[in-house]
Amino acid sequence: MKNIIDDATIEYVGILAKLNLTEEEAEQAKTDMGKMLDYIDKLGELDTSNVEPMSHAFKVQNVFREDEVTNGDDRENILKNAPEEKDGMFVVPKTF
Amino acid sequence: MSKLKNEILSMTALELGKAISLTEVGVREAVEATLAQIEEREADVHSYVTLDAENALRNADYIQKKIADKELTSPLAGVPVAIKDNMCTKGLLTTCSSRILGNFVPTYSSTAVERLEKAGAVIIGKTNMDEFAMGSTSETSAFGPTKNPWNTGHVPGGSSGGSAAAVAADECFFALGSDTGGSIRQPASYCGIVGIKPTYGTVSRYGLIAYGSSLDQIGPLAKNVSDCVAVLSEIIAHDEKDSTSVDYDITALKNALDGDVKGMKIGVPRDYFGEGLDPEVASAVKEVAKKLESAGAIVEEFDLSLVDYAIPTYYTIAAAEASSNLERFDGIKYGYRTKEFAGLHEMYKKTRSEGFGPEVKRRIMLGSFVLSSGYYDAYYLKALRVKALIKKAFDDAFARYDAILGPVAPTTAPKLGDSLSDPIKMYLGDIYTISVNLAGLPGISVPCGTDSKGLPIGVQLIGDCFKDDRIVRLAYAYEQMRGEFPTPKGGIE
Repeated sequence: MKNIIDDATIEYVGILAKLNLTEEEAEQAKTDMGKMLDYIDKLGELDTSNVEPMSHAFKVQNVFREDEVTNGDDRENILKNAPEEKDGMFVVPKTF
Repeated sequence: MSKLKNEILSMTALELGKAISLTEVGVREAVEATLAQIEEREADVHSYVTLDAENALRNADYIQKKIADKELTSPLAGVPVAIKDNMCTKGLLTTCSSRILGNFVPTYSSTAVERLEKAGAVIIGKTNMDEFAMGSTSETSAFGPTKNPWNTGHVPGGSSGGSAAAVAADECFFALGSDTGGSIRQPASYCGIVGIKPTYGTVSRYGLIAYGSSLDQIGPLAKNVSDCVAVLSEIIAHDEKDSTSVDYDITALKNALDGDVKGMKIGVPRDYFGEGLDPEVASAVKEVAKKLESAGAIVEEFDLSLVDYAIPTYYTIAAAEASSNLERFDGIKYGYRTKEFAGLHEMYKKTRSEGFGPEVKRRIMLGSFVLSSGYYDAYYLKALRVKALIKKAFDDAFARYDAILGPVAPTTAPKLGDSLSDPIKMYLGDIYTISVNLAGLPGISVPCGTDSKGLPIGVQLIGDCFKDDRIVRLAYAYEQMRGEFPTPKGGIE
């Protein structure tokens, strides 16, 4: 494996990905990601210095519309999916 | 009723629709036959995550009345359909085969589903899939794997494995799937049915739970090409709720079913027949080219190039988009929330760690890494540049050919449990399907034989953007020449 992923990197990626990995999972992730990056490094064989990055396969453009409400009030049904709700609102843990 | 049941189940979607319109079969009868078949086969196959039997029966009566009143005239009116469980269905559990959405009941339906409902198709239930469509075997589902109806010791493919298996096992008459890197075409191939991934943007993605937004596309899985076109005729439409939706005229698509392929140019990429391709698959696929040639098509071998770069490009882009799209699953507005936590951030992390399975976590981690500062240019932007090169290679090919013909997958369906241990090996199975999504192209999988184990082989036709009619024309002509394809006998190896 050419790409060696260290503990600090896995910890950092865990923070970005908002995932808690067990020690075992973290070890596995180091191996998996290293192998995958080795494989992705194959792209380095291609000279892309004069190629623009392509996000969409064909031209897409911004689509604008008036900002008008078209759906009805569905608060009750939407809140039924919430893990916790109170007085018509989502309950979240303390943020400070 | 058992003879009648099998008579009904052996019909294609269009045949059933016709029989219903002629009142030879009642909508309730069709739904009951389907539910009875599900009862019989589900323990072995496990195509469905959620069944909606009660509503299906209720809707059957309602639809029957509307057909009688001539309010519903679609050729699919009254026909039972299964929906992949990553498409929102109002009031019906939609899980993406993930624990994190295990209790999610959408308050709206995806546009594709809504359009089928308006046409009078009867939703039977939601089909199993790889968790968040990440996988090629349907084994990463949090609710256990789906089995291949041809041989339940093998996988049905994925990620739309439940949809493919349901069609093959006669547990529905057609199904919707989604295809991000082959997820309609590959399971269709493994299960001996037809699957189409239309050009990106032709079918609205509104209400399709996103995996890789620039690659995802909804499409049909059905018993034959005509059924697939009938489904596309209902679901292709411009939708202002999806900003990438295009206005696509389906006249040519509907007129493509006449068997005339004289003078059409087919390119067969030499680089699709190299190392790793099962010889039985290779010879079955080449037979299709010969058949089409005998019908007047011009077949030529060529070098597509860049084939080996498609998989690393795809997994970089798909993982990046997935890591961003799946940020919304945080235990606040819907889905699973962990039981014990101290503070907001621990709640997020524990919820996600307990809610997602290993393959989803693997892709979120990779995606977060390739998008992180310091690596963004080297990995993510590099992949987007290679994507442009791959698109260019297809542009060059379609300047010369109406369609590209090749295999769907390197092998027939692998055995259950053989794929997940080595992710990269599993990813390599996507080699022939994945570049189609990168370039936004249409692709179709049609059964073209069985191997020595009795498992189906599929041929893939790839077309240029918005030339879906050309691959459908070739596929239909081949299907007519091939004749009836066998149906699964079941059993286990």
